[in-house]
Amino acid sequence: MAKTEMKKKRKIDIMAEMPERLSSGHRLCAGCGASIAARQILRGTTDPVVISCATGCLEVASTIYPYTAWEVPFIHNAFENSAATISGVEAAFRSLKKQGKIPKNKKIKFVAFGGDGGTYDIGIQSLSGALERGHDFVYVCYDNEAYMNTGIQRSSATPFGAFTNTSPAGSCSFGKSQFRKDLTMICAAHHIPYAAQASIGYWQDLVKKAEKALAVEGPAFLLVLAPCPRGWRFPMEKTVEIGKLAVDTCFWPLYEIENGVFKLTKKIPDKKKKPITEWLKSQGRFKHLFEECNENVIEEIQQKIDEDWQRYLKTNGDKIF
Amino acid sequence: MTTQTLSGEFFMAGNAAAAEGAIAAGCRFFGGYPITPSTELAERMSRRLPQIGGVFIQMEDEIASMAAILGASWAGKKSMTATSGPGISLMMENIGLGVITETPCVIVNVQRGGPSTGLPTLVGQQDVMQARWGSHGDYEIIALAPGSVQECFDVVIKAFNFAEQYRTPVIVLMDECTSHMWEKVVIPPPEEIERINRKTPDGPPPEGEDFYPYRCTDGTMIPPMPKAGDGYRMHITGLTHDEKGYPKINAATQDKLVRRLCDKIRKNADDIVITEDYMLDDAEIVIVAFGTVSRSAKSAVRIARKKGLKVGLLKLVTIWPFAEKKIKELAERVKLFVVAEINYGQIVNEVERCVAGKAEVRLSSKLGGELHHPEEILSAIPEVVV
Repeated sequence: MAKTEMKKKRKIDIMAEMPERLSSGHRLCAGCGASIAARQILRGTTDPVVISCATGCLEVASTIYPYTAWEVPFIHNAFENSAATISGVEAAFRSLKKQGKIPKNKKIKFVAFGGDGGTYDIGIQSLSGALERGHDFVYVCYDNEAYMNTGIQRSSATPFGAFTNTSPAGSCSFGKSQFRKDLTMICAAHHIPYAAQASIGYWQDLVKKAEKALAVEGPAFLLVLAPCPRGWRFPMEKTVEIGKLAVDTCFWPLYEIENGVFKLTKKIPDKKKKPITEWLKSQGRFKHLFEECNENVIEEIQQKIDEDWQRYLKTNGDKIF
Repeated sequence: MTTQTLSGEFFMAGNAAAAEGAIAAGCRFFGGYPITPSTELAERMSRRLPQIGGVFIQMEDEIASMAAILGASWAGKKSMTATSGPGISLMMENIGLGVITETPCVIVNVQRGGPSTGLPTLVGQQDVMQARWGSHGDYEIIALAPGSVQECFDVVIKAFNFAEQYRTPVIVLMDECTSHMWEKVVIPPPEEIERINRKTPDGPPPEGEDFYPYRCTDGTMIPPMPKAGDGYRMHITGLTHDEKGYPKINAATQDKLVRRLCDKIRKNADDIVITEDYMLDDAEIVIVAFGTVSRSAKSAVRIARKKGLKVGLLKLVTIWPFAEKKIKELAERVKLFVVAEINYGQIVNEVERCVAGKAEVRLSSKLGGELHHPEEILSAIPEVVV
């Protein structure tokens, strides 16, 4: 017992000493999950880091003129090409190394950030291209499950049943009527060395995955659930709690796919698996689902989660790609 | 919100008025993607269209949005998208496809400052030449610019009517100011709104190969448009095509097609060009303006008149095709044109071309982010001491 505590403490100590890449003073909302994701992930390496960032909350609120919260080189680009831009940067770096203009042993980590809109939707083409070409970079999608920067519109990451301003709930609709696409699996299907799904609620798991992603040679992909108090309608002090609840209800399983092998990084025993209603009740965007007419929607969500979870349990440890 | 088309007096923002204008014009399909400052237009359509039997789809990007409205139009619906800045750039390829396939549709571009991400939340008028020439190849297009919230409603209806009448994409060049400004809007009862619908082929679909979807038989240069599912044999392509719609890659077919695509708009310019005169009758100096800037320009005219200067305003509602005839007429009798636009000089070049040295042409330029003050426009007039 004492030994594990010591071990844990050591890990925290090490992490605390890691360089701070995203400084305080940025203008992301209080309780924003995206800033937690970006900050924690960048603590996964001591090497120099170059960042490209798609248009989105993280970019807009961290770079308001005349300030920037970034302590590292930062390239903003158009919405759809965070991965394409970092491809160019990484390729140039390799070329300069080859030409002897950069020392052969010089290590730089290339990290592309995008929100769910910039990754699942408009940016998936450039992401897919970069993964297939095999650039040595990490793509991080901070997933707050809608276009929050433009004021809460649905994305293909928005969960089934959620209210957004372009999937409004009312007499004609119960909210979004499609399930989220499984982006981590899509990325893993590019046969990249590392892909993982994480949540800011379980930050140790997140940092561990970030370390792995940053360490591998070749493309790595991280999908991080980043709860959004404004868009999901919950009090800002609940961000981490809700990030945990997503995992505990199996709405957001934590897993990784390393060299094609699928592994659940947090197993939820049946007894501890919480009903999805706990997750849904915690956020105003699902409020309408608790009206009588929408009972079947909740049932459908629970059913999908259970099916997926069973599948994950079955596949655990298998080489799937 | 009502489940019917609205009528009466309302207080709303330009984005909402444009959405209601589309609905009043008969638009029942919207494919779009969120982008500031146009997002509220899509949001309103996502609520309103399901209430009136229409369809709203949020697409994965602007390329897909533009493609979706072309598809919906061929399925027989009046369709629209709305975007801004980087979004309109992404739409350009498919706008060209809309031109060559002669697909009626309306694209609202709520202009913000550019280039690139530029000024997402602030006004610009920097996309006027892009509206004209943004897609590759030779073509003509119709573009209209509303200057008030009421005009957002009215002009979008006009845009749909032109799109249907001339079988072409029509661009509505709104700007951030008109989109977010709240004003009174009067929406007439549905029976008082003029709605033009595309011509459709007469008679049942002919057997075999005998249908010519791109053959003009009534001397208008605009062929009737069947819709998917009507039973007509259709081949819709972005390749140069003959009257059957089949690809034909040679100079003769290209000449015939492109000439007609351009001429159907060029030769109907008198019908399409809408301008508004304000105190132009005795004017010696003409301010040319469009969109929100026309309001500053109107104010500038009033100030100048108080100073005893004969200044008038030519407001362009139709930007493309350009109001050549009007400018040429004015050039015969006035001494100075001042073109006020929120860009580094775009429409001013068109004005210069039409004036052809017969009067002086000056530019009153703002580069985006704010409107002209009336005094700024006046400062381009030598006689005015501001």
